Amino acid sequence: MDPKIQNPKSKMQWAMVVDLDRCTGCEACVVACHAENNIPTVGEEQATIGRAMHWMRVERYYEGEFPDVRVKFQPVFCQQCDAAPCEPVCPTYASYHTTEGLNGQVYNRCIGTRYCANACPYNVRFFNFYNPVWEKPLHLQLNPDVSVREVGVMEKCTFCVQRIKAAEIAAKAEKRELKDGDVQPACAQSCPPKALVFGDLNDPKSEVSRLAGSNRATRLLEELGTKPSVIYLRRESWNDGKES
Amino acid sequence: MEKSPNQITEDLLRPLSRTSTKFYVAVALLGAVVVAAFAAFGYQAYSGIGVSGLRRPVFWGFYITNFVFWIGISHAGTLISAILRLANATWRRPVTRCAEVITVFALSIGAMFPIIHLGRPWLAFWLIPYASERQIWPNFRSPLVWDFFAINTYLIGSVAFLTLPIIPDWALVRDKASGWRKRVYGILSLGWRGTPKQWSRLETAMHIMAIAIIPVAVSVHTIVSWDFAMAPVPMWHSTIFGPYFVAGAIFSGIAALIIAMACLRKFLHLEDYLKPVHFDNLGKLLLMMSLLWFYFVFAERLTVWYGNDPSEMAVFWTTQQGAYAPLFWTMVFCNFLLPFPILAIKRLRTITGTVIASIGVVAGMWLERFLIIVPSLSHKYMPYNWGTYRPTWVEITIMAGTFAGMALLYVLFSKAVPIISIWELKLGLQKKSGVRSQETRERRELTAGLEQKLET
Repeated sequence: MDPKIQNPKSKMQWAMVVDLDRCTGCEACVVACHAENNIPTVGEEQATIGRAMHWMRVERYYEGEFPDVRVKFQPVFCQQCDAAPCEPVCPTYASYHTTEGLNGQVYNRCIGTRYCANACPYNVRFFNFYNPVWEKPLHLQLNPDVSVREVGVMEKCTFCVQRIKAAEIAAKAEKRELKDGDVQPACAQSCPPKALVFGDLNDPKSEVSRLAGSNRATRLLEELGTKPSVIYLRRESWNDGKES
Repeated sequence: MEKSPNQITEDLLRPLSRTSTKFYVAVALLGAVVVAAFAAFGYQAYSGIGVSGLRRPVFWGFYITNFVFWIGISHAGTLISAILRLANATWRRPVTRCAEVITVFALSIGAMFPIIHLGRPWLAFWLIPYASERQIWPNFRSPLVWDFFAINTYLIGSVAFLTLPIIPDWALVRDKASGWRKRVYGILSLGWRGTPKQWSRLETAMHIMAIAIIPVAVSVHTIVSWDFAMAPVPMWHSTIFGPYFVAGAIFSGIAALIIAMACLRKFLHLEDYLKPVHFDNLGKLLLMMSLLWFYFVFAERLTVWYGNDPSEMAVFWTTQQGAYAPLFWTMVFCNFLLPFPILAIKRLRTITGTVIASIGVVAGMWLERFLIIVPSLSHKYMPYNWGTYRPTWVEITIMAGTFAGMALLYVLFSKAVPIISIWELKLGLQKKSGVRSQETRERRELTAGLEQKLET
């Protein structure tokens, strides 16, 4: 993979490392993400036709013939691309690039052309086909730090930007620099085998920088030139250490 | 037998003065479908776009298919009429206006779809670069913003292109009419008196518009194609899309024109004006476009097949052999296998023959737009996310409403405006009969007695 993953253009380059050797496919990250980000559940009927909204999903790929079948789990969420196809196509700048290398999504600016979702090669953008509903008393568990989206707008993984901002404010109040591990998105926090690691790639001493140097490191659909900020560590436990 | 100028005036103004019961029945039926479509859109805007069949990963479906389809149909008028005018093809005279009016109406209908398909249609005005208190501009990098400008330019241009040659005809109606009609047509004819100066200015303006509208028309459908080609989606991201879309647009536009002309000929009894020769000539044009369309599809498919890119091949095979194959081969039949023999064999290139071929082409080109959009979106890269799409009654009603709306607008237009340019027809007649007086004098005669009236 491209060795120059640091991004000199922005102050931070927030990134996630996904260790596929560690992922057990338990989907705790999916649940945590729903709870943290006020993601509505759409119900069985809507989910069946493909309108389920999981900012974080665990893709399953099967290899081999029964009974010798192996399942590969691959958590997929917004890859926070540096050259994101979703950004230039948005006519209203609802989808834009932040100074910290994130793909921002301004819900209030979105008019719902859904062009970004078509342009996204990872299919990680989700659309509010109806106004979201939380049956009582579930509305009481909504996270007050995250806005609830209305019908007709696009949404997607934000790397828990509300937690990034909270950590930055806390660090500023304590008059110190943000240090590695201060920010934990909900998915990384709730991952039992610690398959998800979050941090700043521009900081060479961070855990993500160390892991990104692994010879197992790869990025999803890298050949498209999107420069994703999510680094996958290839699954090698099947191969007894041999290169696949 | 040639008609006399007076006979022409009488024949072509008849639809404006006499209204049959058939007209009211047609307007009521078409109007009902249009009202149903507006109700369906209201229901969608109220409930959320979830009432359509759109879903992840097929975020664009029938609405965008219809958008591209109608913008394509709109290429009937401008390109055909402008090219025929510039080439000075004398047979064009009865054809140009019915072509130009298709452009204006099809474009207006097509331009509604990007708004209909929005998640929050009431915010569509954010595409307009107006000075807002928040100082936010539209994103000029987005092909949708290019669309906004291209379609509006084309709409303004084609309205001018349509109305300029109508002015002398409106003046003619004004002179023949009385009462409120006289007042309305008096306003519409913009003080036309048929002076040599006015004729020369009209001629210049028409010439400028005929030249200017061609690059505009080409750019519009190129930009529509770029809505797709600018996104890294398998089989969208292609350099062939610009010319491919323009050729397809002209193709479907000619077919729509032939159908419209056949209807006008039958219902307004214009057998002496829209003659078999017009259908024969347009049939030849349609034949050429059918070959061009086949060439583009062949070139596109062959390069993808040889390129053998896995993500593109997924889309390729689903259209050639998979779930979308029945639609794909129907499209090939409608766009090539059916029209080619009909139009290539002189004996079959009759009015009925060209109309059958044209109906095939219109259906086939609609399928082509659908097959460009949906299979690519449903087979994008990672197989885990592959999906499908099925429209709901809301989308089908709105689509039916646009077809009815097109017919309704056409029917109403032919009530208010002579659908065949009277003065151009007479001018052609005079040129042919060899009256070698001065051009300006010829024209003054056309607005017979008008100036005298003004003087008295």
